[in-house]
Amino acid sequence: MKILVCISKTPDTTAKIAFTDNNTKFDTSGVQWIINPYDEWYSLVRAIELKEADASTVIHLITVGTADAEPIIRKALALGGDEAIRVNTANADSFYIASQIAEVAKQGGYDLVFTGKETIDYNGSSIGGMVAELLELPYISLATKFELGGNKATVTREIEGGEEVCEVNLPAVVSCQKGVAEQRIPNMRGIMAARTKPLKVVEPSAADTLTAVASFELPPPKAGVKLISPDNVEELVRLLKEEAKVI
Amino acid sequence: MSVLVFIDTNEGHVKKASLEAMTYGAKVAEQLGIAAEGVVVGTAKDDLAALGKYGVKKIHHVNNPALDHLDAQVFTKAIAEVATKTGAKVIVFSNNVDGKSIAPRLSARLKAALVSGAVALPDTSNGFIVKKNVFSGKAFANISLNTDVKIISLNPNAYQTIAGEGTAEVVIADVTIDTPKVKVTAVNKVSGEVPLTEAEIVVSAGRGLKGPENWKIVEDLAHALHAALACSRPVADAHWRPHNEHVGQTGTAIAPTLYIAIGISGAIQHLAGVNRSKVIVVINKDPEAPFFKAADYGIVGDAFEIVPKMTEAVKKIKG
Ligand SMILES: Cc1cc2nc3c(=O)[nH]c(=O)nc-3n(C[C@H](O)[C@H](O)[C@H](O)COP(=O)(O)OP(=O)(O)OC[C@H]3O[C@@H](n4cnc5c(N)ncnc54)[C@H](O)[C@@H]3O)c2cc1C
Repeated sequence: MKILVCISKTPDTTAKIAFTDNNTKFDTSGVQWIINPYDEWYSLVRAIELKEADASTVIHLITVGTADAEPIIRKALALGGDEAIRVNTANADSFYIASQIAEVAKQGGYDLVFTGKETIDYNGSSIGGMVAELLELPYISLATKFELGGNKATVTREIEGGEEVCEVNLPAVVSCQKGVAEQRIPNMRGIMAARTKPLKVVEPSAADTLTAVASFELPPPKAGVKLISPDNVEELVRLLKEEAKVI
Repeated sequence: MSVLVFIDTNEGHVKKASLEAMTYGAKVAEQLGIAAEGVVVGTAKDDLAALGKYGVKKIHHVNNPALDHLDAQVFTKAIAEVATKTGAKVIVFSNNVDGKSIAPRLSARLKAALVSGAVALPDTSNGFIVKKNVFSGKAFANISLNTDVKIISLNPNAYQTIAGEGTAEVVIADVTIDTPKVKVTAVNKVSGEVPLTEAEIVVSAGRGLKGPENWKIVEDLAHALHAALACSRPVADAHWRPHNEHVGQTGTAIAPTLYIAIGISGAIQHLAGVNRSKVIVVINKDPEAPFFKAADYGIVGDAFEIVPKMTEAVKKIKG
C-alpha cells in the first residue's frame, strides 16, 4: 500500500487577516504558519494509522510551494510518513497545484491519494476532485470514516442530513474531514526522526492556471450588539420577529 | 449557448440549495443575454418542468437509476457531455457536498476556470470576476475566471431563491453513462432533522451547557424554531454531540439567516464558520465573552433559565 498525503501550508487559525499592495496580496507580516488542519488532523493521521496497522505501508507527503514551506513539511514528517516531496513553485491556482500533484502521483504509482476537505485559507475544496479527474480515478469527498480491507476501501462520506457508506476499489482519491481520525501531537522521537527523513525537491511540470485573484476585501464591521435584559426574553423574540424579521 | 445549472437531488427531490443555484444561474444568463438550462442526474420524483419558475428554460435529464447515488467521476462525464452539447458558457453548482465533489472534476475535465464558494453574481464589466469567501469567512476574494467556459460553485444560503412563472422543457439527455465505481452500501439519515448547511435557522450550543444530558433545552428551542442543531468543537470532540454538528473553521461553515449561540465563548475559530450568518444571537453568562462583539442581539445570563423561556416565547409568537 502506497499512500500520497497532500499537505498545505496555511496561516494559523488566529492569524490577523489583512491585505497589502492595494488589497491584492495577503499581508503575511507576523503570521504564524501551520499545516492545514484538515491535512494534519485527518488525512495524515489516518495514513499513519494505516501504516501502524500494516507496516508495509509507505507514506509520501507532498506539498506544492517554495522553500518556505519546508518547516511545515518537516512538522508533518514529525507526525509520521516516510518521505516528503516538495514541488518547487509558488502557489498559483487550484488547477495548477492539482496538476503538479497529479504529475507526481502518476509517476509514484500510489494506491491512495489523501487530501484534506479544504484549506482554511482559500476554502476551495477543489484539489482532490481535480487530482482525481486528472488521474482518471474515483473520488470520494468529505470522508468522515475510512477503512481498508485489502484493495477495497470502505468510506463514509457526508451527505445533507446524514451520511453515506461507499465502497471503492483502489486506486482512489479521498478528501478527509472530522471523524476520519483524531488529532495527534508530535513527540520528541518523531521530531528527531523527521530531521533525517528524505525531502525531495522536484521542479514543476508545465501546467496552466485558469484563475487569478483580482483583489481581496474584508467584510464590513458589525454595527454592535443590542443587549436585552435576561428578565425580558419575550422582547428578544419580538425583536427577532418584528425588527430583524428572521423568525 | 447557455448557462447550465446542475440541479442536485436527494432521494429524487430537488435540494433547496439547487433552487438558489437555478435562480442565480438564471440571473447570470440574463447578464450574458443567453438562456439558463438545467441538468438533473438520476431518478427524479419532483415535477421537473415546474422548475421553470426558477428561470431555467430547458432541463436535460440524465434519467438512469444507476446514478441515484453520487459517483463524481460518472456524473462529471455525463454533465460534461451535456455542457458541451448545449454550448454552456457558465456552469453553476451549489457548493454543497455534491457540488464540492463534481465541480472540481468538471473544471479539470473541461479545463474550465472554477470559483468555489461564490457569494455574489459575476462582475462582467471588465472580464469575469466572482466574489468568494476566503480565510474561512474572515475575508472575500474577487476571482478572475480566465477561460472561455467558467464554473461557479455558489455557497448555500448566499443567494435568495426567487420563484416566478414559467415551465421548463424537459428532455432526456443522451449521454455516456459509465458504470459507477463507487458503490453506496448504506445511507444513514438523521431522520426528521433540518440539514445543517441548508437550514435558515441554526441553534448552536457550547461547553457552557456542561454536559450532553442538558441538550434537551437546546433541542426544544430548535424544534420550536424548525431549526438545525450545531455545536462548538470541544462539544463534538468530547462526543457530547455528533461530529456533523461541529461548526467553525475546522467544522462545517454555515450562513443561516439566524444563528443562536448558547454558552459558546466565540473563539476566533468558532466565529470563522458562522460569521456569515445574517443575524447572530448570543446567550452567555459572561458579559466579556468575545461572541458579543460579533453578535446582533445578546442576553447576558444563565442559559438554563433563558433558553426554556425563549422556547415558550417562540411557541407563543408562532401560535
Ligand atoms: C486550530 C484550531 C481550530 C479550531 N476550530 C474550531 C472550530 O472549528 N469550531 C469551534 O467551535 N472551535 C474551534 N476551535 C476551538 C476554539 O478555539 C474554542 O476553544 C472553542 O470554540 C470553545 O468552545 P466553547 O465556546 O463551547 O467553550 P468555552 O470556550 O469553554 O466557552 C464556554 C462558554 O459558555 C459560557 N457559559 C458557561 N456556563 C454558562 C451558562 N450556564 N449559561 C450561559 N453561558 C454559559 C461561558 O461564559 C463561556 O463563554 C479551534 C481551535 C484551534 C486551536
